[in-house]
Amino acid sequence: MNLTLKIWRQKNANDKGKMVDYKVNDISPDMSFLEMLDVLNEQLVNKGEEPVAFDHDCREGICGMCSLYINGEAHGPDRGVTTCQLHMRMFKDGDTIYIEPFRAKAFPVIKDLIVDRSSFDRIQHAGGFISVNTSGNTIDANAIPVNKHDADDAFSAATCIGCGACVASCKNSSAMLYVGAKVSQFALLPQGKIEATDRVLNMVKQMDEEGFGNCTNTGACEVECPKGISLENIARMNREYLSAALKG
Amino acid sequence: MSGILNSSIGRKFAMALSALFLMIFLLQHFTINLLSVFSEDTFNSVSHFMGTFWLVQYVFQPILIFGVIFHFVMGFVLEVKNRNARQISYAKNNGSANSSWMSRNMIWSGLAILAFIGLHFYDFWFPEINTKFIQGDMSGLLPNGEYRYFEELQHKFVDVWRVVLYCIAFVFLALHLLHGFSSAFQSTGANNKYTKGLQGFGKAYAIIIPLGFVFIALFHYFNH
Amino acid sequence: MALDSKIPQGPIADKWTNYKNNIDLVNPANKRNIDVIVVGTGLAGGSAAATLAELGYNVKAFCFQDSPRRAHSIAAQGGINAAKNYQGDGDSTYRLFYDTVKGGDYRSREANVYRLAEVSANIIDQCVAQGVPFAREYGGLLDNRSFGGVLVSRTFYAAGQTGQQLLLGAYSAMNRQIGRGKIKMYNRHEMLDVVVVNGKARGIITRNLVTGEIERHSAHAVVLGTGGYGNVFFLSTNAMGSNVTAAWKAHKRGSYFANPCYTQIHPTCIPVSGDHQSKLTLMSESLRNDGRIWVPKNIEDVKAIREGRLKPTEIAEENRDYYLERRYPAFGNLVPRDVASRAAKERCDAGYGVNATGEAVYLDFASAIERYGKEQATIKHLDVNDKALVKKLGQEVVKNKYGNLFQMYEKIVDQDPYNTPMMIYPAVHYTMGGLWVDYNLMTTVPGLYAIGEANFSDHGANRLGASALMQGLADGYFVLPYTIGDYLSDDIRTGAIPTDTPEFEQAEKEVRERINFFISNKGSHSVDYFHKKLGKIMWNKVGMSRNVQGLTEAISEIKALREEFWKEVRVPGTNDEFNEELAKAGRVADYLELGELFAKDALAREESCGGHFREDSVELDGEQKGEAKRDDENFAYVAAWEYKGEPSAAVLHKEQLEFKDIELKQRSYK
Repeated sequence: MNLTLKIWRQKNANDKGKMVDYKVNDISPDMSFLEMLDVLNEQLVNKGEEPVAFDHDCREGICGMCSLYINGEAHGPDRGVTTCQLHMRMFKDGDTIYIEPFRAKAFPVIKDLIVDRSSFDRIQHAGGFISVNTSGNTIDANAIPVNKHDADDAFSAATCIGCGACVASCKNSSAMLYVGAKVSQFALLPQGKIEATDRVLNMVKQMDEEGFGNCTNTGACEVECPKGISLENIARMNREYLSAALKG
Repeated sequence: MSGILNSSIGRKFAMALSALFLMIFLLQHFTINLLSVFSEDTFNSVSHFMGTFWLVQYVFQPILIFGVIFHFVMGFVLEVKNRNARQISYAKNNGSANSSWMSRNMIWSGLAILAFIGLHFYDFWFPEINTKFIQGDMSGLLPNGEYRYFEELQHKFVDVWRVVLYCIAFVFLALHLLHGFSSAFQSTGANNKYTKGLQGFGKAYAIIIPLGFVFIALFHYFNH
Repeated sequence: MALDSKIPQGPIADKWTNYKNNIDLVNPANKRNIDVIVVGTGLAGGSAAATLAELGYNVKAFCFQDSPRRAHSIAAQGGINAAKNYQGDGDSTYRLFYDTVKGGDYRSREANVYRLAEVSANIIDQCVAQGVPFAREYGGLLDNRSFGGVLVSRTFYAAGQTGQQLLLGAYSAMNRQIGRGKIKMYNRHEMLDVVVVNGKARGIITRNLVTGEIERHSAHAVVLGTGGYGNVFFLSTNAMGSNVTAAWKAHKRGSYFANPCYTQIHPTCIPVSGDHQSKLTLMSESLRNDGRIWVPKNIEDVKAIREGRLKPTEIAEENRDYYLERRYPAFGNLVPRDVASRAAKERCDAGYGVNATGEAVYLDFASAIERYGKEQATIKHLDVNDKALVKKLGQEVVKNKYGNLFQMYEKIVDQDPYNTPMMIYPAVHYTMGGLWVDYNLMTTVPGLYAIGEANFSDHGANRLGASALMQGLADGYFVLPYTIGDYLSDDIRTGAIPTDTPEFEQAEKEVRERINFFISNKGSHSVDYFHKKLGKIMWNKVGMSRNVQGLTEAISEIKALREEFWKEVRVPGTNDEFNEELAKAGRVADYLELGELFAKDALAREESCGGHFREDSVELDGEQKGEAKRDDENFAYVAAWEYKGEPSAAVLHKEQLEFKDIELKQRSYK
């Protein structure tokens, strides 16, 4: 297939940036979206131009490094996939594809399509952990039985890959699905309950300080999340937060 | 507890609480209005009771006004903050792929409702306040000795344009409620096995109540 | 320099305990004055950084990704082994030790492996305490599954994302220490050299991948948890950024590189679809628990399939060759990875490959779906003879077990694996070789440690499934934090290491010169052009099956390619910005050296063992005819290569392996 690409180019954080048009030809429908960009970049390098910078690493949908807002959706039009798992068979010959970085004040652009998501890390520093040392002398794993449904729900919350699609898709650039997932994972497990109060207060405080918007429950995040993290996690965080705020 | 309103979740919780309060008020308002369709007398006596009973006038009414103002002010504050959270907008954004129009445009449906409330106050509330508290006429009676409430109501729905405006406003109210009802519950943290049922109920509420108001307006327009 | 593996004395079961009882410790007040650099934040690096910080050391951690959580450990799917014996099926520390040594084809160090098996149980306790959501049974206790090459169920898992959950556990432990200020985290930083001062590793040179800034970082010890080098093949299941640079720089600064030729080719990957392919996707080995591997018996059927005239589901049972079940009745589809991969290659080389390129075999779930379906129908008192119902029920069970993998397959291949068999083919997955380390996990450069996949120690010539996660976390949580104390106890009076010394200056200068070369070279080909060429040489001549001629050719071809690279490589852009081509150029330059050493090592090892298969070393007769033939008399050693300029000049040092607790036997899975 032959495609027209409209790609955000921005030299560095201080540059203004603009959309630039490119053409790629002979794209196979079996290619992944990033492989299509590889083809473009190979073309650009051979012409002596600067390739388009984009984040990517594992290319199997689990590291959460790839981003991209493709034709108006985080990770493109397919569901339940990251950009690296998006295949060109989702597009048609002659299509024009818009490719933009994830946009949010808390995700400043570094270059072209690469954004800085360290705000996510800082939220985790504030409380995304259980305070146990790795002494090797903790109690036997089976001494902490966990109800299977809770364990499954905790796992579902923990499948979040931290890509930021929720923030990018949210009209308010809210990070509540991301934070809600982590809060939920620990809130559902007996090991996590001990610090639950401080954890949710600290993580939400940090989230607010990073400049993310507020949640207005549009549900866009859940739809665009490559791992299908449920809105239930936001509701759970709200509950956890309110009861923690009333307590402390 | 202090500072809870400075946090994002605290704010959205407050937004949800005020919304739930307003939805209860709306139900009450609707119920009384509906009486006007069935019985002029009942409507008049209930209206008079509401308009003169001290608890309603001096306690509930200020709370309601506060609730309305709070909901609007907080709505605008959050909207401004949320807009600030993304400084460069997307060249192409396909919002309809992942969310409803209603959920993305609460600010516009809200503004339409605010404009309507202005009109509604102009029509009913200001004259009411004028009669009762400036002219000091707490009798609720017309010169002919009958209650004035039903009469005033019918009088307002003579003008076709007013009726049209009211109907449009109710459409916006429906749009606002279609997202707002379930959103309020989600914000308060209620997301459990009842959520699906609640969402269904919310949809019904969001459609039936505004539709009922439209019906009442049209009823009086055609029956005056 | 003679290799001293520093294995403690005493019976194998007591070595680690005795060792811990007798090493020097650093008192808590002194730990505050000691800096440790940890490069890489995967399971090994992340867990080491967190634990060292907990102990009180000042840790500086580095990763090239934008967050430590993205290290490639995250992609591990299947699970993590631990000798918990929760299933009561006869597992024990000894059995895990035995399976790992046997699975590694007797090319690993007994003492290290025993220690690994010993601490494995602690890992599970630790991870559960951290909130890692392992799969559980209805009673609330932990669930286990079985994995290839073993006869017990000892694998703990979290659906098909065990690596992610364990890494997030280590990441959370790091976050706690970052929040406390005990770890200083450097994201988007790539290590470009080790600095050795007076014979000891005292720091590293890094490049900030965002600004291009070259930075000096000093410490009392340097720990490399930088993963494997599978990307030397260009196509592998490794992440795009996975690279050998850190390990290779360590090698150039004096660390011996051990067994570079031991590569694990994983049998269940999605086949290559075309030249555009940038990486290969692995499907968890756990699929082999329920999937049956086959190719058609008749070559006519193969042709018909390739031409699209026949569907695999239309081939009758008797016309299918379940070659693993046929060749290895005892283990069947659960033979170790190297055996399964070679068997697939054998069938495809014989012309039975089932896709257009002739490089794919079927992994079929129809039998499992039927079996589970009947089981469910029985439980639910439904009609077991209703085929449609049985299929539906069976598909639900399979979906619960492997749903995410099936979905992934469908997205990539555009075929529904619930109704037609999957196509799979082996792909490069893991490298058992790596920096040589002693029992303390220290390389031949004092103060320079290598942990996880970056070292060579525990998996011998072949790694068993679900053992990589175990080793990474064992090294990082439970081994290195002890052993490093023994070394650092000498440094309590050293004070902070200055970075304005000639050694740092020299190292930085070399790094800058290389970068400037890339930026200013007016070549004609992109970095990927060379990387792909290298990959082709490696895959064709140093891949699953190796011979003298191919290896000799590979050595000279890689050398020639390297020379061409240094003349013709083209890197756009500048140094002082985000420049991925520049970063890639440095990595490929190192691969071009490693690749040659890799082939040289493969040539020198004139035996077949584990993942290293030499066509000139096979059993010629008997029951094992055609199977790999190990040569314990001449090759029961670790090949540790010393850097001497060109890879061709590398000097071989041998660490003889002794097997006191396990009898050396032919690895039979028949």
